[in-house]
Formats: sequence, C-alpha cells, structure tokens
Amino acid sequence: MTKLCERSRRNFLAQGLAGAAALGVTALCATGEPQTRAERSRVVVARDPHLRGPDAKADSPASSGIDTRRLQALLDQAVAPLFGFPATEKGAVAAWRRVVGAGRTVSLKVNTLGGRGMATNVELVEAACERLQQAGVAAPNITVWDRDSEEMERAGFRIATGGGRVQCYGTDHVGYEEDLAAWGSVGSRLSRILTRSSDVLINLPVLKDHDGAGVTIALKNMYGVIHNPNKYHPNGCNPYVADLNMLTEIRARMRLAVCDATAAMYEGGPGFKPQFSWPCNALLAAEDPVALDFVGWQMIERKRAEMGLQSLEAEKRAPRYIATAADREHHLGHADPAQIQLVEV
Amino acid sequence: MNREFLPAEDETRSAFDRRSFVKCALASGAALSARGFTAPALAADGQTANGAQFTLEARFYQKLDNRKIKCKLCPRECVVGDKERGYCGVRENRGGVYFTLVHSRVCAAHIDPIEKKPLFHYLPGTMAFSIATAGCNVNCKFCQNWDISQSRPEEIPAEYLAPHQAAAVARQYNCPTIAYTYSEPVVFAEYAMDTADAAHAAGVRSVVVSNGYMQHDSLVAAYGRMDAVKIDLKAFSESYYAKVVTGQLKPVLESLVTLRKMGKWTEIVYLVVPTLNDDDAELRGLAAWIKANLGPDVPLHFTQFHPEYLLKNLPITPVPTLERARQIAMAEGLHYVYIGNVPGHPAQNTYCPQCGKMLVERVGFTARQVLIRKNSTCPFCGHRIAGIWRA
Repeated sequence: MTKLCERSRRNFLAQGLAGAAALGVTALCATGEPQTRAERSRVVVARDPHLRGPDAKADSPASSGIDTRRLQALLDQAVAPLFGFPATEKGAVAAWRRVVGAGRTVSLKVNTLGGRGMATNVELVEAACERLQQAGVAAPNITVWDRDSEEMERAGFRIATGGGRVQCYGTDHVGYEEDLAAWGSVGSRLSRILTRSSDVLINLPVLKDHDGAGVTIALKNMYGVIHNPNKYHPNGCNPYVADLNMLTEIRARMRLAVCDATAAMYEGGPGFKPQFSWPCNALLAAEDPVALDFVGWQMIERKRAEMGLQSLEAEKRAPRYIATAADREHHLGHADPAQIQLVEV
Repeated sequence: MNREFLPAEDETRSAFDRRSFVKCALASGAALSARGFTAPALAADGQTANGAQFTLEARFYQKLDNRKIKCKLCPRECVVGDKERGYCGVRENRGGVYFTLVHSRVCAAHIDPIEKKPLFHYLPGTMAFSIATAGCNVNCKFCQNWDISQSRPEEIPAEYLAPHQAAAVARQYNCPTIAYTYSEPVVFAEYAMDTADAAHAAGVRSVVVSNGYMQHDSLVAAYGRMDAVKIDLKAFSESYYAKVVTGQLKPVLESLVTLRKMGKWTEIVYLVVPTLNDDDAELRGLAAWIKANLGPDVPLHFTQFHPEYLLKNLPITPVPTLERARQIAMAEGLHYVYIGNVPGHPAQNTYCPQCGKMLVERVGFTARQVLIRKNSTCPFCGHRIAGIWRA
C-alpha cells in the first residue's frame, strides 16, 4: 500500500482530508435497469479471528481495537471472490471496478442508528473508499451517508462536504425529494443523496437482531433512505421491507452489499446492547441483498442457539420479509439455501 | 387526516401565512411577558439545533423492561425500543423515557372559517385559529396533507408557538376557537391539552379535528378539554381501515360513543371514495349505527374524494353518489346530513328536520345567513335544532 494511501486512509473522514488522487475514472452513463438475478446467488463470508489486536476489550466487541490492515484484507477477501477475482489487492480493485462500472457517482449507505457500539465501522468505510478510488472513482464523487448527520457523528464519522475529499453527511443536509416514490404498500420520499449522488449504491449494513423485524441487515438498511420509516414497522416490517427495495430508484442502483459483522448482535436490537453483542469478526458480501440477509439471519440464529435463546421463529419474529423479497412478485433475490452459493473464506 | 384542503381555499390559507403567525405569536408573547410569560427566542431558521424546546415527556405510555416502552396514546400500542420512534414518527424513546417531539412545534397555522373543519353546528360564521404539528397515527392512502402528516417533525419547517402564545394569537385575530387540525391531533395530544387549558384561561374555546383512533383514557384526558370534536370516520368496515387507513374501525366507534357520553358536541365526516366505501349496505349500516349509538341529531358530512397521495387511480366522487349516500342516511332517520367539498350544493345548507325550511345558508365555507333563534330553535316551527349556535 502506498504512503499516500496510508495517509489517506488514516485521515479520511476522521480528519476530513481529501482522499487519494483520482486514478483515471471514466464518467459515462448513469444507472441502468434493475439487475436480473442469476439462478444462484453467491454470498461470501470472510472471517478473521485475529481481526482485533491484543488490546481489544472482550466485553466491548464493537469498540475499535480492530487492526485496520487486517480489516482491509478482510474486505478484499469478501469482495474479490464474489466476482471471481483472487483475494489480493489487485483482485479486489478489479472487483470494485466491476461494481462501479461506468458510474460517475458512488454512495455508501452506512447504518449508524445504533451509535458507536453497533454501527458500520468507520475503518471499514475507509477501506471501501480506498478501493473505490483505486478503481477509478474520484474522491468527491464518493458519498458516505445515512439518515442523520448527528447520528453519523455519534457513530464516529466526521461530516465532510465540499472540496476534493470524500463526502460524508446525512440526508438532513440535503433533504428528501418532493415527489413520492411508490410500490405496493410503500409510498415515500427518497433521500436526495440516493437520487442525486448515487449512480451506484453500496449497501453497508450491520448484522443485528431487531425486536420487530427479527433481524436488520441489508434490505432493512434501506429504511434509512426514506422520510417515513416509522410507517413500515407493523407486521414485522412485512411486506414493507420488500416493497421498499422494489423501488426502482433503489433497485437499479444497489450493486453490492457488504455487511459489517465485525461485531454483531443476536438479541435486544436494534438499539445497542453490549450484553447481547459478540465479536463476530466477519464481513458478508453479496450482490443479492436477499441472499445476504438470509445468510446473516442464519448466523444470528446459530448464535442465539449457542447462547441458549429461542429461535426467532419460536419467538414469532422471524424475518418474513426476506421470503417476501424473494417471492415471485418481488424477485429481488434468493432466500432458498439451494439457490445460494455460500463461500466461506 | 381530515379533508379540509381544497385548491379553492388557497386564498384563505395565504391570508395568514407562517411569517405572519410567527410575527403575531412573538408579538403576543412579548405582550404576555409583561405578565410573567416569556416567549422563547427563535433560532435563525425557526428551529433550535436539537429541537429541545419542542421535547417533553409524553403523558400516555408505560415503561417496560430493557428500556422499552409501550405507548398508550392510540390503539396501536407501539412497543418502542431505546432510540426508536413510534408509528406516528413524533414520539421517541430516549433511554426508556418516551418523549413527544412536537410540543409547541407548529408546522401549519391558518385562520379558517369553522365551516371548513367542517363544523356546521358549532358557532357558524366564526373563524378558528387552526394549528398543526407533524405526524399522524394512521397512513390513509388518500391523505390530502400527507406532506405534514406523514413526515417526521425535523423534516418540515416549524415554529415555536407555546400554548399561551396560541391563545393570544386567537384572541388577537378575533377567533373564538383554536382548532387542532390538518395533520392528526392524537399525536400532539399533550400540546393540544396544554393549549386548550391556556385558551380557556384566555376565554378562547378549542375544537379538534381527529380520526378518533385513540385509547379511551387518553381520549378522555385530551378531548375532555375540547369544546367540540369532528371525527373522520373513514369507512364502516374493518377491511377498509386495514387496507386503506392502516388502522381499525372498532376503536373509532368506541371513541364516538365515549364522546357522546362525555357530552361533547360531535360531528362526523365520511369521505366517500368511489368503489371502496360507497356501497349502499355499508352506508346504511353506518347511518343506522350512528342513530342507534349517537342519536339522530349528530351531523354527518359525506364529502367528495379527490385523487391524492397514494390513491390517484380513482376518480373524484360523482355528485350523484354523494346524493345517494345522503338519501340513505336520511332514510335511516338522521336529521342533519350534508354533502361536502361540492361548492354550491344545496345539501351544504342546514334544514329544519321538522318543517324542512332552510335555517343556515352556506356559500362555500361562509355561513351567509343563520336564522336559528338564540334559544336554538327553528324560527318557523319552533323545533329545537341541535348544536351550539352562539358563543
């Protein structure tokens, strides 16, 4: 890794400095039509039991203590094999180039609702931005975002707007579109960051339990894209999560989901409950958010069983929206294990 | 969500815009400060950075384990985890304490004719200082004011207007009433309660325009302070409430009965949506239920639907459909059945149920002449006309 990149990674977001120099990105067409799913969806689960340094506190799994070099490598291990590239830096850059294609602007939708304890890691976002720039996306064309700037700051992000750096701010800075986007049970105003600064959307959720929805991973992370998520929590968020992800503005842009499971939560979500968190030390990557959610859900179920808790099904809060997202009406991806190629690295 | 909005009313609305009301409110606050009140300073954009001045502990909720709470305001009974909000979007759990985020956070303020609420049998010809905050506890697919009712408070411009300031504005503009309306007053119940108390102290009455989707205890506590109530009864079927309203019919009917027992002057609006709630049997059932449970003198307004929000695929309600609905309700024995949102229609007038003579003539939202005697009787036959006709 070059010195410039080192400095960029260390300072980006935290210091609000510009990222690495642009590497010859070609700005061409905007977003295309929603992608058609293959017969099988690949989900990569990359793990590193040594992700955290020896100083990491065992009772605070989400706290930093993460070795940023190892995290960068872990991200490469998650993303490169997804597209059939070797898990090297070169392979990862090629994979990211595949993701962004000719998109001019790329946004990374993080999840910061849980605060510093259970939010998308700043270090992971830095690593992704590093690769995006290496893949040819200019720093100012990258936007890291969530619903609210204050929530982002509480999760450790430094708000940055303007200049030649990676942009980082909440929808509260730019607002929502005036017009409604509607599909099925959902009618919402969309974040202008999504509609105006995202030829390509990278979904960066966390892996956690949700008292109403069962789990909240990639599909439900899109609740942070709309102005009225509170309207879509009844009935375990079903079919609202699936309907929301059917909106063309979301579906056509979302090319990749990378779930931050460096720390995860198996109970008590969505608010951060340290006592129900564990250092999972993993990343999940997929082009198919439904398949990713299914795999993530099973990971949470296994942890619940390990901890002696009932399954979400037994608690009558299994995330049924995942199956809905995969049904014939939605066909957003696969929720059948037979149609999911699980690659564990 | 009520049905007060019509394009033709823009002129009325613009007569009292946000700037005017803030200016007026602040002036009132300044005047009141001499008597011990102080008007909070407004931030440059009309809001404080963190909304603290609008945040007050909610009055209707129950604390649960693990910093969760159960909201007891409406029948939805949202169980809300820490840092989350209820369905309404304007109440938030902060560390196990539930807060309303919209106390004194007024996003709409206008001076309207009381007939626009519509309240036809309550102080006709007077004006109501009408205010709203963001939020609603249902999500009607036909909502006319969805831009405020379906938004969270931080997403729309708002101004600080304390209860005593609202009362002062009403007095200053010769409004005998404050109306809590436009969005859904259920979700700003604490503000409406405090404002009603301040208004009564200042000699101003309060009326509420609501969906009635409320728990019994909160209804009694909040609407017990009101002087008149208009309830939007969206349909007379649970399936419609489930599919179109995202609520339930039964609690609304229970609210109507409770209001009746409390002796609150109540009027009902029924928005007639083509093909969805305009069936003869449903309308007949509605009218029969009203007569049996509330009595024949409760005014019922059948109003015209206009395609809006998430229900744009249906036509405007044909006037003959509204007329048929009115005929059905009157045949069931209701005395005062109106047609709304159809300017110039004769069914906007009030007629004596005994002699049939016209007693209140309305043009648009203006009561052109009110012939009812001071003792609330018909000047032609002496029949008592239900309502509160004079202050």
